[in-house]
Amino acid sequence: MKSGSVLEQVLSRGDFAVTAEMGPPKHASAKVIKQQAKLLKGWVDAVNITDNQTAIARLSSIAAGVHLYNAGVEPVIQMTCRDRNRIAMQSDLLGAYSLGMRNVLCLSGDHQKFGNHPQAKNVYDIDSVQLVNMVKTMRDEKKFQCGEEIKQQEPRYFIGAVANPFADPFEFRVLRLEKKINAGADFIQTQSIFDMERFERFMELVRYRGLDKRVHILAGVTPLKSARMAKIMQQRVAGMIVPDAIIQRMEQAKDQKAEGIAICIEQINRLKTVAGVAGVHIMAINWEEVVPEIVSKAKLK
Amino acid sequence: MIVAKPKPVEEVARLIDSCDNILIVACGGCATICLAGGEKEGEILATALCSWREKQGRTINATVTTITRQCELEFVTDIAHQVKQVEAIVSLGCGVGVQFLAEHYRDKLVYPALNTIFAGGSVQPGRWEERCGLCGECMLHLTAGICPVTRCAKNIQNGPCGGSQNGKCEINPQLPCAWHLIYEKLASLGRLDIMMAYRPPKDWSKGKSGGPRSVKREDATQR
Repeated sequence: MKSGSVLEQVLSRGDFAVTAEMGPPKHASAKVIKQQAKLLKGWVDAVNITDNQTAIARLSSIAAGVHLYNAGVEPVIQMTCRDRNRIAMQSDLLGAYSLGMRNVLCLSGDHQKFGNHPQAKNVYDIDSVQLVNMVKTMRDEKKFQCGEEIKQQEPRYFIGAVANPFADPFEFRVLRLEKKINAGADFIQTQSIFDMERFERFMELVRYRGLDKRVHILAGVTPLKSARMAKIMQQRVAGMIVPDAIIQRMEQAKDQKAEGIAICIEQINRLKTVAGVAGVHIMAINWEEVVPEIVSKAKLK
Repeated sequence: MIVAKPKPVEEVARLIDSCDNILIVACGGCATICLAGGEKEGEILATALCSWREKQGRTINATVTTITRQCELEFVTDIAHQVKQVEAIVSLGCGVGVQFLAEHYRDKLVYPALNTIFAGGSVQPGRWEERCGLCGECMLHLTAGICPVTRCAKNIQNGPCGGSQNGKCEINPQLPCAWHLIYEKLASLGRLDIMMAYRPPKDWSKGKSGGPRSVKREDATQR
Protein backbone atom coordinates (compact mmCIF):
# COMPACT_ATOMS: atom_id res chain seq x y z
CA MET A 1 0.00 0.00 0.00
CA LYS A 2 1.30 3.39 -0.93
CA SER A 3 -1.12 5.47 1.10
CA GLY A 4 -3.43 2.98 2.76
CA SER A 5 -6.44 5.05 1.71
CA VAL A 6 -9.83 3.39 1.42
CA LEU A 7 -9.88 4.14 -2.30
CA GLU A 8 -6.49 2.52 -2.76
CA GLN A 9 -7.65 -0.55 -0.85
CA VAL A 10 -10.80 -0.90 -2.93
CA LEU A 11 -8.94 -0.53 -6.21
CA SER A 12 -6.09 -2.79 -5.13
CA ARG A 13 -8.57 -5.53 -4.29
CA GLY A 14 -9.90 -5.24 -7.82
CA ASP A 15 -13.36 -4.15 -6.66
CA PHE A 16 -15.30 -1.89 -8.98
CA ALA A 17 -14.85 1.49 -7.30
CA VAL A 18 -17.43 4.25 -7.03
CA THR A 19 -16.52 7.83 -6.32
CA ALA A 20 -18.68 10.93 -6.35
CA GLU A 21 -17.90 14.60 -6.66
CA MET A 22 -18.92 17.51 -4.52
CA GLY A 23 -18.53 21.24 -5.02
CA PRO A 24 -17.94 23.13 -1.75
CA PRO A 25 -20.18 26.12 -1.00
CA LYS A 26 -19.50 29.78 -1.79
CA HIS A 27 -19.62 30.65 1.91
CA ALA A 28 -18.00 29.76 5.19
CA SER A 29 -20.53 27.31 6.61
CA ALA A 30 -19.83 23.57 6.55
CA LYS A 31 -23.49 22.68 7.06
CA VAL A 32 -24.14 21.63 3.47
CA ILE A 33 -20.92 19.59 3.38
CA LYS A 34 -21.95 17.69 6.47
CA GLN A 35 -25.42 17.10 5.01
CA GLN A 36 -23.94 15.72 1.82
CA ALA A 37 -21.54 13.54 3.79
CA LYS A 38 -24.52 11.99 5.57
CA LEU A 39 -26.25 11.49 2.23
CA LEU A 40 -23.29 9.87 0.48
CA LYS A 41 -21.89 7.82 3.35
CA GLY A 42 -21.94 4.12 2.54
CA TRP A 43 -22.91 4.69 -1.09
CA VAL A 44 -19.49 5.59 -2.46
CA ASP A 45 -15.90 4.64 -1.74
CA ALA A 46 -14.67 8.22 -1.80
CA VAL A 47 -15.82 11.74 -2.57
CA ASN A 48 -13.83 14.26 -4.59
CA ILE A 49 -13.98 17.84 -3.44
CA THR A 50 -13.35 20.29 -6.22
CA ASP A 51 -10.74 23.02 -5.87
CA ASN A 52 -12.43 26.30 -6.81
CA GLN A 53 -13.97 24.68 -9.87
CA THR A 54 -14.56 26.86 -12.92
CA ALA A 55 -12.29 29.35 -11.16
CA ILE A 56 -14.97 30.46 -8.70
CA ALA A 57 -13.82 31.14 -5.14
CA ARG A 58 -15.30 28.57 -2.76
CA LEU A 59 -14.64 26.94 0.58
CA SER A 60 -11.32 25.17 0.17
CA SER A 61 -11.05 21.59 -0.99
CA ILE A 62 -8.85 20.62 1.95
CA ALA A 63 -11.12 22.18 4.57
CA ALA A 64 -14.14 20.49 2.99
CA GLY A 65 -12.14 17.27 2.92
CA VAL A 66 -11.63 17.48 6.67
CA HIS A 67 -15.37 17.93 7.22
CA LEU A 68 -16.04 14.82 5.12
CA TYR A 69 -13.33 12.88 6.92
CA ASN A 70 -14.79 13.79 10.29
CA ALA A 71 -18.18 12.62 9.06
CA GLY A 72 -16.74 9.23 8.09
CA VAL A 73 -16.52 9.79 4.34
CA GLU A 74 -13.26 9.23 2.51
CA PRO A 75 -12.21 12.43 0.76
CA VAL A 76 -10.23 12.93 -2.42
CA ILE A 77 -8.89 16.46 -2.28
CA GLN A 78 -8.41 18.16 -5.61
CA MET A 79 -5.49 20.43 -6.31
CA THR A 80 -5.24 22.66 -9.34
CA CYS A 81 -2.16 24.43 -10.68
CA ARG A 82 -3.99 27.68 -11.30
CA ASP A 83 -3.93 29.30 -7.89
CA ARG A 84 -0.81 28.11 -6.09
CA ASN A 85 2.88 27.86 -6.78
CA ARG A 86 5.01 24.86 -5.84
CA ILE A 87 5.69 26.29 -2.37
CA ALA A 88 2.02 26.71 -1.49
CA MET A 89 1.12 23.35 -3.02
CA GLN A 90 3.69 21.43 -1.01
CA SER A 91 2.69 23.30 2.11
CA ASP A 92 -0.96 22.35 1.53
CA LEU A 93 -0.01 18.75 0.75
CA LEU A 94 1.80 18.52 4.10
CA GLY A 95 -1.02 20.24 5.95
CA ALA A 96 -3.76 18.18 4.34
CA TYR A 97 -1.93 14.95 5.11
CA SER A 98 -1.57 15.97 8.74
CA LEU A 99 -5.36 16.43 8.79
CA GLY A 100 -5.99 12.91 7.52
CA MET A 101 -6.24 13.41 3.77
CA ARG A 102 -4.85 10.44 1.84
CA ASN A 103 -6.03 10.92 -1.77
CA VAL A 104 -5.19 13.84 -4.00
CA LEU A 105 -6.33 14.51 -7.55
CA CYS A 106 -3.96 16.69 -9.55
CA LEU A 107 -5.34 18.96 -12.27
CA SER A 108 -4.42 21.99 -14.35
CA GLY A 109 -7.63 23.78 -13.35
CA ASP A 110 -10.05 25.79 -15.44
CA HIS A 111 -8.67 29.08 -16.66
CA GLN A 112 -9.73 32.02 -14.51
CA LYS A 113 -11.45 33.52 -17.54
CA PHE A 114 -14.41 31.19 -16.83
CA GLY A 115 -14.81 32.21 -13.21
CA ASN A 116 -15.98 35.11 -11.12
CA HIS A 117 -12.55 36.74 -10.89
CA PRO A 118 -11.43 36.97 -14.52
CA GLN A 119 -9.02 39.79 -13.59
CA ALA A 120 -7.03 37.44 -11.34
CA LYS A 121 -3.39 36.64 -11.98
CA ASN A 122 -3.01 32.92 -12.52
CA VAL A 123 -0.04 30.95 -11.30
CA TYR A 124 0.63 27.82 -13.34
CA ASP A 125 4.08 27.59 -11.83
CA ILE A 126 3.96 23.87 -12.48
CA ASP A 127 1.55 21.88 -14.63
CA SER A 128 -0.60 18.89 -13.72
CA VAL A 129 1.96 16.33 -14.88
CA GLN A 130 4.66 18.04 -12.83
CA LEU A 131 2.29 18.18 -9.85
CA VAL A 132 1.72 14.42 -10.07
CA ASN A 133 5.48 13.94 -10.09
CA MET A 134 5.98 16.31 -7.18
CA VAL A 135 3.47 14.40 -5.00
CA LYS A 136 5.16 11.14 -5.95
CA THR A 137 8.64 12.49 -5.18
CA MET A 138 7.44 13.64 -1.76
CA ARG A 139 5.99 10.19 -1.07
CA ASP A 140 8.51 7.82 -2.63
CA GLU A 141 11.74 9.75 -2.31
CA LYS A 142 10.88 11.77 0.80
CA LYS A 143 12.00 14.88 -1.02
CA PHE A 144 10.58 18.29 -1.71
CA GLN A 145 10.42 19.37 -5.34
CA CYS A 146 13.69 21.25 -4.90
CA GLY A 147 15.44 18.04 -3.86
CA GLU A 148 15.63 18.83 -0.16
CA GLU A 149 14.92 15.89 2.13
CA ILE A 150 11.69 15.64 4.13
CA LYS A 151 13.25 14.74 7.44
CA GLN A 152 10.21 13.46 9.27
CA GLN A 153 6.81 12.19 8.18
CA GLU A 154 6.47 12.41 4.41
CA PRO A 155 2.97 12.83 2.93
CA ARG A 156 1.92 9.46 1.51
CA TYR A 157 -0.86 10.16 -0.94
CA PHE A 158 -2.74 7.94 -3.35
CA ILE A 159 -2.14 10.03 -6.42
CA GLY A 160 -4.88 10.79 -8.90
CA ALA A 161 -4.81 12.54 -12.24
CA VAL A 162 -7.41 13.26 -14.87
CA ALA A 163 -7.73 12.26 -18.50
CA ASN A 164 -10.02 13.76 -21.07
CA PRO A 165 -10.71 11.39 -23.97
CA PHE A 166 -12.89 14.10 -25.56
CA ALA A 167 -10.21 16.72 -25.90
CA ASP A 168 -7.92 16.91 -28.90
CA PRO A 169 -5.64 15.80 -30.43
CA PHE A 170 -7.39 12.49 -29.75
CA GLU A 171 -4.39 10.24 -30.40
CA PHE A 172 -2.24 12.22 -27.99
CA ARG A 173 -4.75 11.88 -25.14
CA VAL A 174 -3.65 8.32 -24.54
CA LEU A 175 0.02 9.35 -24.73
CA ARG A 176 -0.60 12.15 -22.24
CA LEU A 177 -2.27 9.64 -19.94
CA GLU A 178 0.90 7.58 -20.26
CA LYS A 179 2.96 10.65 -19.34
CA LYS A 180 0.86 11.07 -16.20
CA ILE A 181 1.32 7.41 -15.31
CA ASN A 182 5.06 7.70 -15.87
CA ALA A 183 5.04 10.79 -13.67
CA GLY A 184 3.44 8.80 -10.85
CA ALA A 185 -0.36 8.67 -11.16
CA ASP A 186 -1.97 5.77 -9.29
CA PHE A 187 -5.52 6.39 -10.42
CA ILE A 188 -7.25 8.31 -13.16
CA GLN A 189 -10.66 9.94 -13.28
CA THR A 190 -11.95 10.85 -16.72
CA GLN A 191 -14.00 13.74 -17.99
CA SER A 192 -17.75 13.03 -18.11
CA ILE A 193 -18.47 10.48 -20.80
CA PHE A 194 -21.43 10.95 -23.10
CA ASP A 195 -19.82 9.85 -26.38
CA MET A 196 -19.44 6.19 -25.46
CA GLU A 197 -17.99 5.16 -28.85
CA ARG A 198 -15.18 7.65 -28.52
CA PHE A 199 -14.47 6.53 -24.98
CA GLU A 200 -14.36 2.90 -26.10
CA ARG A 201 -11.88 3.80 -28.86
CA PHE A 202 -9.82 5.62 -26.23
CA MET A 203 -9.85 2.55 -24.00
CA GLU A 204 -8.80 0.35 -26.91
CA LEU A 205 -5.69 2.50 -27.32
CA VAL A 206 -5.19 2.48 -23.54
CA ARG A 207 -5.26 -1.32 -23.49
CA TYR A 208 -3.05 -1.54 -26.57
CA ARG A 209 -0.37 0.36 -24.67
CA GLY A 210 -1.01 -1.69 -21.52
CA LEU A 211 -1.87 1.41 -19.51
CA ASP A 212 -4.91 -0.15 -17.81
CA LYS A 213 -2.47 -2.54 -16.12
CA ARG A 214 -0.42 0.33 -14.75
CA VAL A 215 -3.16 2.60 -13.40
CA HIS A 216 -6.73 2.35 -12.10
CA ILE A 217 -9.08 4.13 -14.49
CA LEU A 218 -12.37 5.47 -13.16
CA ALA A 219 -14.78 6.46 -15.91
CA GLY A 220 -16.53 9.79 -15.35
CA VAL A 221 -20.30 10.09 -15.66
CA THR A 222 -22.66 13.01 -15.12
CA PRO A 223 -26.42 12.57 -14.73
CA LEU A 224 -28.19 15.20 -16.81
CA LYS A 225 -30.80 17.18 -14.94
CA SER A 226 -32.43 18.68 -18.01
CA ALA A 227 -32.16 18.99 -21.78
CA ARG A 228 -31.06 22.57 -21.21
CA MET A 229 -28.12 21.44 -19.09
CA ALA A 230 -27.16 18.92 -21.78
CA LYS A 231 -27.14 21.69 -24.38
CA ILE A 232 -25.05 23.98 -22.20
CA MET A 233 -22.55 21.19 -21.70
CA GLN A 234 -22.47 20.51 -25.42
CA GLN A 235 -21.99 24.12 -26.41
CA ARG A 236 -20.14 25.81 -23.60
CA VAL A 237 -18.13 23.39 -21.52
CA ALA A 238 -14.55 23.15 -22.71
CA GLY A 239 -13.34 19.68 -23.58
CA MET A 240 -16.72 17.99 -23.50
CA ILE A 241 -18.67 16.10 -26.18
CA VAL A 242 -22.42 15.57 -25.77
CA PRO A 243 -23.89 13.75 -28.79
CA ASP A 244 -27.11 15.16 -30.32
CA ALA A 245 -28.85 11.82 -29.71
CA ILE A 246 -28.57 12.33 -25.95
CA ILE A 247 -29.94 15.85 -26.19
CA GLN A 248 -32.87 14.65 -28.28
CA ARG A 249 -33.58 11.89 -25.82
CA MET A 250 -33.62 14.41 -22.97
CA GLU A 251 -35.83 16.81 -24.94
CA GLN A 252 -38.37 14.12 -25.74
CA ALA A 253 -38.56 12.79 -22.21
CA LYS A 254 -41.69 13.53 -20.18
CA ASP A 255 -39.67 13.55 -16.97
CA GLN A 256 -36.26 14.92 -17.87
CA LYS A 257 -34.71 14.27 -14.46
CA ALA A 258 -35.80 10.63 -14.52
CA GLU A 259 -34.48 10.31 -18.05
CA GLY A 260 -31.14 11.80 -17.02
CA ILE A 261 -30.87 9.23 -14.24
CA ALA A 262 -31.86 6.41 -16.60
CA ILE A 263 -29.22 7.46 -19.17
CA CYS A 264 -26.59 7.61 -16.44
CA ILE A 265 -27.44 4.11 -15.21
CA GLU A 266 -27.30 2.76 -18.77
CA GLN A 267 -23.90 4.38 -19.19
CA ILE A 268 -22.59 2.85 -15.96
CA ASN A 269 -23.84 -0.58 -16.97
CA ARG A 270 -22.07 -0.26 -20.29
CA LEU A 271 -18.89 1.06 -18.66
CA LYS A 272 -18.81 -1.99 -16.37
CA THR A 273 -18.29 -4.11 -19.48
CA VAL A 274 -15.42 -2.04 -20.88
CA ALA A 275 -12.13 -3.82 -20.24
CA GLY A 276 -9.70 -1.71 -18.25
CA VAL A 277 -12.34 0.37 -16.45
CA ALA A 278 -11.77 -0.02 -12.70
CA GLY A 279 -14.70 2.02 -11.48
CA VAL A 280 -16.91 5.03 -12.07
CA HIS A 281 -16.69 8.61 -10.90
CA ILE A 282 -20.13 10.21 -10.62
CA MET A 283 -20.12 13.96 -11.08
CA ALA A 284 -23.69 14.98 -10.25
CA ILE A 285 -23.26 18.71 -10.62
CA ASN A 286 -25.46 20.53 -8.06
CA TRP A 287 -27.39 17.29 -7.78
CA GLU A 288 -25.38 15.23 -5.33
CA GLU A 289 -28.53 13.86 -3.69
CA VAL A 290 -29.20 11.71 -6.75
CA VAL A 291 -26.01 9.68 -6.29
CA PRO A 292 -27.44 7.02 -3.91
CA GLU A 293 -30.29 6.32 -6.35
CA ILE A 294 -27.87 5.91 -9.26
CA VAL A 295 -25.50 3.73 -7.25
CA SER A 296 -28.32 1.55 -6.05
CA LYS A 297 -30.08 1.18 -9.42
CA ALA A 298 -26.77 0.49 -11.18
CA LYS A 299 -26.16 -2.21 -8.53
CA LEU A 300 -22.81 -0.74 -7.60
CA LYS A 301 -23.40 -1.21 -3.86
CA MET B 1 9.64 43.81 -31.15
CA ILE B 2 7.63 45.36 -28.36
CA VAL B 3 4.02 45.77 -29.38
CA ALA B 4 1.93 48.54 -27.84
CA LYS B 5 -1.49 50.11 -28.30
CA PRO B 6 -2.40 53.76 -27.89
CA LYS B 7 -4.45 54.62 -24.82
CA PRO B 8 -7.78 56.24 -25.72
CA VAL B 9 -7.35 60.00 -26.25
CA GLU B 10 -9.84 60.73 -23.46
CA GLU B 11 -7.71 58.78 -21.03
CA VAL B 12 -4.53 60.63 -21.97
CA ALA B 13 -6.42 63.94 -21.83
CA ARG B 14 -7.53 63.17 -18.26
CA LEU B 15 -4.02 62.10 -17.24
CA ILE B 16 -2.63 65.50 -18.23
CA ASP B 17 -5.62 67.57 -17.24
CA SER B 18 -3.55 69.79 -14.96
CA CYS B 19 -0.88 70.54 -17.61
CA ASP B 20 -1.20 73.26 -20.22
CA ASN B 21 2.19 72.92 -21.86
CA ILE B 22 3.38 69.45 -22.80
CA LEU B 23 5.98 67.73 -24.93
CA ILE B 24 4.74 64.65 -26.76
CA VAL B 25 7.68 62.37 -27.38
CA ALA B 26 7.19 59.85 -30.16
CA CYS B 27 9.53 56.90 -30.56
CA GLY B 28 11.19 55.83 -33.79
CA GLY B 29 11.64 52.23 -32.63
CA CYS B 30 9.10 49.46 -32.07
CA ALA B 31 6.30 51.95 -31.30
CA THR B 32 6.61 53.35 -34.83
CA ILE B 33 6.67 49.92 -36.43
CA CYS B 34 3.55 48.76 -34.61
CA LEU B 35 1.79 51.99 -35.63
CA ALA B 36 1.21 53.05 -32.04
CA GLY B 37 3.70 55.76 -31.14
CA GLY B 38 5.61 57.09 -34.13
CA GLU B 39 5.82 60.64 -35.43
CA LYS B 40 2.47 60.38 -37.20
CA GLU B 41 0.70 59.09 -34.09
CA GLY B 42 2.37 61.92 -32.13
CA GLU B 43 0.85 64.53 -34.43
CA ILE B 44 -2.54 62.84 -34.28
CA LEU B 45 -2.42 62.79 -30.47
CA ALA B 46 -1.44 66.47 -30.31
CA THR B 47 -4.35 67.45 -32.54
CA ALA B 48 -6.77 65.29 -30.59
CA LEU B 49 -5.65 66.71 -27.24
CA CYS B 50 -6.02 70.28 -28.55
CA SER B 51 -9.54 69.68 -29.77
CA TRP B 52 -10.45 67.91 -26.47
CA ARG B 53 -9.33 71.01 -24.60
CA GLU B 54 -11.16 73.33 -26.99
CA LYS B 55 -14.39 71.49 -26.25
CA GLN B 56 -13.81 72.32 -22.60
CA GLY B 57 -13.14 75.96 -23.44
CA ARG B 58 -9.46 75.64 -22.59
CA THR B 59 -6.27 75.47 -24.58
CA ILE B 60 -3.14 73.36 -24.43
CA ASN B 61 0.26 73.81 -25.97
CA ALA B 62 1.33 70.39 -27.26
CA THR B 63 4.66 70.14 -29.07
CA VAL B 64 5.63 66.90 -30.79
CA THR B 65 9.14 65.57 -31.11
CA THR B 66 10.41 62.15 -32.18
CA ILE B 67 13.51 60.44 -30.94
CA THR B 68 15.18 57.47 -32.60
CA ARG B 69 14.66 55.12 -29.68
CA GLN B 70 13.44 56.02 -26.21
CA CYS B 71 15.18 52.96 -24.78
CA GLU B 72 18.63 54.42 -25.39
CA LEU B 73 20.00 57.15 -23.19
CA GLU B 74 21.98 58.85 -25.94
CA PHE B 75 18.78 59.59 -27.85
CA VAL B 76 16.83 60.51 -24.70
CA THR B 77 19.33 63.24 -23.84
CA ASP B 78 18.90 64.82 -27.29
CA ILE B 79 15.66 66.55 -26.33
CA ALA B 80 16.85 68.27 -23.12
CA HIS B 81 16.29 71.77 -24.54
CA GLN B 82 12.68 70.95 -25.49
CA VAL B 83 11.93 69.30 -22.17
CA LYS B 84 13.04 72.48 -20.36
CA GLN B 85 10.24 74.44 -22.04
CA VAL B 86 7.33 72.26 -20.86
CA GLU B 87 5.48 71.27 -17.71
CA ALA B 88 5.28 67.56 -18.48
CA ILE B 89 6.22 64.87 -20.98
CA VAL B 90 3.81 62.50 -22.71
CA SER B 91 5.65 59.45 -23.98
CA LEU B 92 4.56 57.51 -27.01
CA GLY B 93 7.18 54.91 -26.30
CA CYS B 94 6.69 51.54 -24.64
CA GLY B 95 7.02 51.17 -20.88
CA VAL B 96 10.78 51.15 -21.29
CA GLY B 97 10.69 54.49 -23.09
CA VAL B 98 8.50 56.08 -20.42
CA GLN B 99 10.93 54.95 -17.73
CA PHE B 100 14.05 56.07 -19.57
CA LEU B 101 12.52 59.52 -20.01
CA ALA B 102 11.44 59.64 -16.36
CA GLU B 103 14.83 58.48 -15.12
CA HIS B 104 16.65 61.09 -17.12
CA TYR B 105 14.31 64.06 -16.67
CA ARG B 106 13.92 63.93 -12.90
CA ASP B 107 12.11 67.23 -12.50
CA LYS B 108 9.28 66.31 -14.88
CA LEU B 109 6.39 63.89 -14.69
CA VAL B 110 6.20 61.55 -17.68
CA TYR B 111 2.77 60.32 -18.73
CA PRO B 112 2.35 57.10 -20.74
CA ALA B 113 0.21 57.45 -23.85
CA LEU B 114 0.51 53.79 -24.80
CA ASN B 115 -0.29 50.50 -23.15
CA THR B 116 2.62 48.15 -23.71
CA ILE B 117 1.27 44.72 -24.51
CA PHE B 118 3.83 42.09 -25.51
CA ALA B 119 6.94 40.99 -27.34
CA GLY B 120 5.80 39.74 -30.68
CA GLY B 121 5.65 40.32 -34.37
CA SER B 122 3.42 41.26 -37.27
CA VAL B 123 1.68 38.20 -38.72
CA GLN B 124 -0.17 40.16 -41.39
CA PRO B 125 -0.57 43.87 -42.14
CA GLY B 126 -2.21 45.48 -39.12
CA ARG B 127 -2.12 42.37 -36.94
CA TRP B 128 0.48 41.57 -34.29
CA GLU B 129 0.74 38.50 -32.11
CA GLU B 130 2.63 37.67 -28.95
CA ARG B 131 5.48 35.24 -29.41
CA CYS B 132 8.00 35.54 -26.58
CA GLY B 133 7.42 35.45 -22.81
CA LEU B 134 10.95 36.65 -22.02
CA CYS B 135 11.36 33.70 -19.63
CA GLY B 136 15.13 33.82 -19.77
CA GLU B 137 15.57 30.15 -20.66
CA CYS B 138 14.58 29.32 -24.22
CA MET B 139 13.25 25.79 -24.71
CA LEU B 140 11.80 26.24 -28.19
CA HIS B 141 13.78 23.30 -29.55
CA LEU B 142 11.59 21.05 -27.35
CA THR B 143 8.34 22.50 -28.61
CA ALA B 144 8.82 22.63 -32.36
CA GLY B 145 9.53 26.34 -32.26
CA ILE B 146 6.13 27.17 -30.71
CA CYS B 147 6.30 28.83 -27.30
CA PRO B 148 3.94 27.42 -24.64
CA VAL B 149 5.03 30.08 -22.15
CA THR B 150 3.29 32.73 -24.22
CA ARG B 151 0.94 30.87 -26.51
CA CYS B 152 -0.61 28.48 -23.98
CA ALA B 153 -3.05 30.30 -21.65
CA LYS B 154 -1.86 28.12 -18.75
CA ASN B 155 1.76 28.18 -19.95
CA ILE B 156 1.96 24.48 -19.26
CA GLN B 157 5.05 22.47 -20.08
CA ASN B 158 3.48 19.06 -20.65
CA GLY B 159 0.44 19.93 -22.72
CA PRO B 160 -2.10 20.07 -24.13
CA CYS B 161 -4.50 20.43 -21.20
CA GLY B 162 -7.97 18.93 -21.22
CA GLY B 163 -9.54 22.07 -22.61
CA SER B 164 -8.09 21.78 -26.10
CA GLN B 165 -10.73 20.91 -28.66
CA ASN B 166 -10.64 20.99 -32.47
CA GLY B 167 -7.24 22.62 -32.27
CA LYS B 168 -8.55 25.59 -30.29
CA CYS B 169 -7.84 26.88 -26.80
CA GLU B 170 -10.56 26.66 -24.15
CA ILE B 171 -10.37 30.34 -23.36
CA ASN B 172 -11.15 31.56 -26.88
CA PRO B 173 -12.51 29.62 -29.85
CA GLN B 174 -10.48 31.86 -32.20
CA LEU B 175 -7.23 31.04 -30.46
CA PRO B 176 -5.17 28.10 -31.67
CA CYS B 177 -4.08 25.68 -28.94
CA ALA B 178 -0.29 26.02 -28.85
CA TRP B 179 0.13 22.41 -27.77
CA HIS B 180 -2.07 21.24 -30.64
CA LEU B 181 0.23 23.12 -33.01
CA ILE B 182 3.27 21.60 -31.30
CA TYR B 183 1.71 18.13 -31.62
CA GLU B 184 0.94 18.56 -35.30
CA LYS B 185 4.40 19.79 -36.15
CA LEU B 186 6.22 17.13 -34.13
CA ALA B 187 3.93 14.41 -35.51
CA SER B 188 4.63 15.56 -39.07
CA LEU B 189 8.35 15.44 -38.33
CA GLY B 190 8.03 11.98 -36.80
CA ARG B 191 9.36 13.37 -33.50
CA LEU B 192 6.51 12.78 -31.01
CA ASP B 193 9.19 11.27 -28.78
CA ILE B 194 10.13 14.85 -27.85
CA MET B 195 6.59 15.50 -26.63
CA MET B 196 6.42 12.21 -24.75
CA ALA B 197 9.46 13.11 -22.66
CA TYR B 198 8.51 14.49 -19.24
CA ARG B 199 9.49 18.11 -18.87
CA PRO B 200 10.33 18.97 -15.26
CA PRO B 201 9.15 22.18 -13.55
CA LYS B 202 10.55 25.23 -15.23
CA ASP B 203 13.09 27.49 -13.55
CA TRP B 204 11.10 30.70 -13.47
CA SER B 205 13.84 32.48 -11.55
CA LYS B 206 15.46 33.18 -14.90
CA GLY B 207 12.35 35.12 -15.84
CA LYS B 208 10.62 37.97 -14.07
CA SER B 209 9.98 35.84 -10.95
CA GLY B 210 13.68 36.26 -10.19
CA GLY B 211 13.28 40.02 -9.80
CA PRO B 212 14.45 42.77 -12.15
CA ARG B 213 17.03 41.40 -14.55
CA SER B 214 20.03 42.93 -16.23
CA VAL B 215 22.49 41.81 -18.85
CA LYS B 216 26.12 42.82 -18.75
CA ARG B 217 28.64 42.36 -21.50
CA GLU B 218 32.18 43.02 -20.36
CA ASP B 219 33.45 43.59 -23.89
CA ALA B 220 30.81 46.26 -24.45
CA THR B 221 31.18 48.02 -21.09
CA GLN B 222 34.86 48.67 -21.73
CA ARG B 223 34.18 50.64 -24.87
